[in-house]
Amino acid sequence: MTLHDRLGATSMCICVGSGGVGKTTVSAALALGLARRGQKVAVVTIDPARRLATSLGLQELDNEPRLVDPAILRAGGIELEGELWAMMLDAKRTFDDLILRLAPDPEAAEEVLSNRIYRELSSAVAGSQEFTAIAKLYDLHREGSFDTIVLDTPPSRNALDFLEAPRRLTQFFEGRALKVLLAPTGLAARVVGRGTGAVFAILSRVTGVDLVADLSVFFRSLAGLIDGFRERALGVQALLADPATTFLIVSSPERAPTEEAIFFASQLAAAELPLGGLIVNRVHRRGLGERTPAAIADALRDSLGDRLAARVAANAADVDVLVRRDRQAIARLSEALGESAPVIVGHLDHDVSDLAGLAEIEAQLFADPTDPDG
Amino acid sequence: MGGKKPYAVGIRRGVDDSFTAGAEPGACEAGPVTDADAETAEPLPAPLDRGLVFVTGKGGVGKTTVAAALGVLAARRGRRTIVAELARRDDVGRVLGSAGGEVGASDGSVFAEIEIADGLHVISIDPELAMEEYLLDQLPVRSLAGLLASSRTFGYLAAATPGLSELLAMGKVWELAQPTRRTPGSQPYDVVIVDAPATGHGVALLQAPSTFAAAASVGPIARQARTIAAMIDDPSRSAIIAVTNPSEAAVTETLELADLLAAGLGRGLDRVIVNGLAPRRFSTADDVLLAAAGLDRHERSAAVAMRIARHEHRRSVGQQRQLARLRRHVTPSPVTLPQLFVATPGPVEMTSLADLLERRL
Repeated sequence: MTLHDRLGATSMCICVGSGGVGKTTVSAALALGLARRGQKVAVVTIDPARRLATSLGLQELDNEPRLVDPAILRAGGIELEGELWAMMLDAKRTFDDLILRLAPDPEAAEEVLSNRIYRELSSAVAGSQEFTAIAKLYDLHREGSFDTIVLDTPPSRNALDFLEAPRRLTQFFEGRALKVLLAPTGLAARVVGRGTGAVFAILSRVTGVDLVADLSVFFRSLAGLIDGFRERALGVQALLADPATTFLIVSSPERAPTEEAIFFASQLAAAELPLGGLIVNRVHRRGLGERTPAAIADALRDSLGDRLAARVAANAADVDVLVRRDRQAIARLSEALGESAPVIVGHLDHDVSDLAGLAEIEAQLFADPTDPDG
Repeated sequence: MGGKKPYAVGIRRGVDDSFTAGAEPGACEAGPVTDADAETAEPLPAPLDRGLVFVTGKGGVGKTTVAAALGVLAARRGRRTIVAELARRDDVGRVLGSAGGEVGASDGSVFAEIEIADGLHVISIDPELAMEEYLLDQLPVRSLAGLLASSRTFGYLAAATPGLSELLAMGKVWELAQPTRRTPGSQPYDVVIVDAPATGHGVALLQAPSTFAAAASVGPIARQARTIAAMIDDPSRSAIIAVTNPSEAAVTETLELADLLAAGLGRGLDRVIVNGLAPRRFSTADDVLLAAAGLDRHERSAAVAMRIARHEHRRSVGQQRQLARLRRHVTPSPVTLPQLFVATPGPVEMTSLADLLERRL
C-alpha cells in the first residue's frame, strides 16, 4: 500500500518527530505529492526553512496560507492536478491575532497586548508555540477550504507538549488558580479557601510581589478571552481525536530520534490517537552487499587501479556500518510501532533546498513499498 | 591558542553575499569583528576555562555528543566537570556509558549528580524538581514548601507563568557552578557544560534570567534572576558554543543564532563546532575516473561500491561548500569533528572526539 492509499480520507495530517530528522522537508514533500494527485493542500510549517520557501516562490514569511504559483512548479517540471498552499506560522503573531479576535473590545485586547508579562515573555512561553500551532490548524480546518492540511509540528524537545497544550490550557482556565487570580479583592485576601490563601502568600514571598501582581493583571486581562480560548482548546482536542486526523511519525535512523519516535508513539497510543504511518528519512540502503571490502577492491582493481579501488572499498565498508545500523533501527521502529511497512526515504547526497530536491523526496514518499527497486 | 585574540565569535557580514550600499569593498577585509575594546581588554579565557559552557544549535546536529566530548576533555584537563541535560532522558549518560540513571541513587526529590568517570559527572535537570529545590531553599519551613509544591493551584500557575520553568532550570545550572553550593553536602564544579535545547528555545533559556529580572523588579526571584543573568552576560565566566553540521539548513541556523544572541544578550558565539564532517576520500579526478569506469562493466556489488563512492564524493563537496560558507562568516575559525561510522557513538568515540577537540580547542 502506498502512502497515498494509506492517507485515504485523512484531512488533517500531523507530522511529528524530533528535531533535525527532516520533518519540514518531508511535510512539504507530502503536501506536494497530495497536490500532484489532485488535492487542494496546505502545508503549515513553523520552521522558516528559507531556501525551501524561496524555491516555492514564498519570499515573504506570511501568517496566512499562500498559493504556490503553479508557474514556478511547472518551471521545475512539476505539474499539479490540485493546489499547493503553504504558510509559515508566526507563533507570536498568531497569539496576538487570537487575542485581538477573542477580546470583547479593543481596550481589552490592548490591555493584554500591552501587559509587561505578555510582551516580554509570551514569545518564550513553553507550549505557546504548540498551542498557537494547533489553534491555527483548528481555524484553517474550520474554514474548510482545504482537502488536506499537513502540519509540520514545532521542533519541540518533547512532542507531548504539543498534544497536551489544549488540555493544559483548558484545565488552567477551569482551575482554581485563575479564579483566585481573578478574584476582585486581590490576591491573598478572602480567597476561595485557606489552602489557596496560604499558597498565594507564599508565592508572593518567593517570587516578589511585583511579579505576582503583573501575573494577576495578565491573567485578569485574559479573563474576557477565556470562553473563546476554552472553546478553541476543546475544539482542538476534538480535532485531534477526529477519525480524519492522522499522525505521521518522522524519524531518522540515529539512536536518539528513534527512541524519541518510539516514545512518541507510546504517547499517541496512550491518548488513543491514531498513528497513520511511519516515515524513516535519510536511510542508507546500500553498502557492501554480501561481499568483503577485499573482494570489492579486487573486482575494481583493473579499472580503477590499486589505490582508488581500495578507497572505494573502504568507503563502502564505512557506509555499510550505517546500512546495518539503519536496518536495525527500521526493524526496531517497525516492531515498536506495529508498522510492518514503514515508508523509507533514502539518504541523499545533497541538502534539500530546491524544488528538484523536494520532488525527489516526494517520489520516494509515494513510491510503492513493495516495489523492490523503490 | 589565539594569542591576544579574544575567543568571541564575530559574524562578518557582507563578505560574500552582499555589500551594503556605500561600503568600501576593502572594508570587510579589515578582519573579524570583535569587541570594540578587544585590543585593550584582557584576552578571554578559553571556553572550557569558564564556569558555564552552553552547547546549543539546530536539532539533530549532535549537541549531546559534542557536550559529552567537551565534558571528557574538561575532566581530562583536571577540572571537576558536570554535563547537565535539561530533561530527564539520560542521553548524556548513555553516550558516556553510564548504566542508565541508576548509578547514583536518587530518591526522586533531589537531583542525582552521577560521577561516571574520574572528575566527570552528569545530571539531568527536571524543571519540576528545580522548582521544588528552589522552594525548599527559599522557604526554611519544609512543610510550607511541601504545601506549595504539592498544590495544584501552584502547579497550574507555575506551568502557565511564561518562562518560569526556563528560569528555574537556569537557576539550577547556575547553582552547580557556584563555589559554595546551595545543595547541602555537595561539592562545587569547575565547569558546568549544559546540553541546551535547540537554537530558538536555547536562546529563550539563556534570556530567561534577564527577562525575569526585568519583569519582576523586586523580590527574591528578581534578585536571583539578576545574579544568574550577570553570569550569563559575562563572557569571562560563561561560554556559548554552537554545534552545527555542514548542511545548508544548519549553517544558516547557526548564523541566525549568532544574530539572535547579539540582539538578545548582546554577545556572540564563543565557538562554532562543525560535527559530522564527511571524510574527503575522493578528488574530482577520482570522480571522473569513477564516472568513466562504467557501472555495467562490473559485477553488482562492485558497481554499487562505485555508486556509493560517487554519492559520498558529491556529499562531501556539498559539505565543504557549507563549511567554507561558515568560515567566511565566523571567527575564530570553526572547529570540525569527523563523521563517525559507528552504529551508536559511545565512550570510545567520546574519547577520540575529546582527543580531536584537545588539539583544536
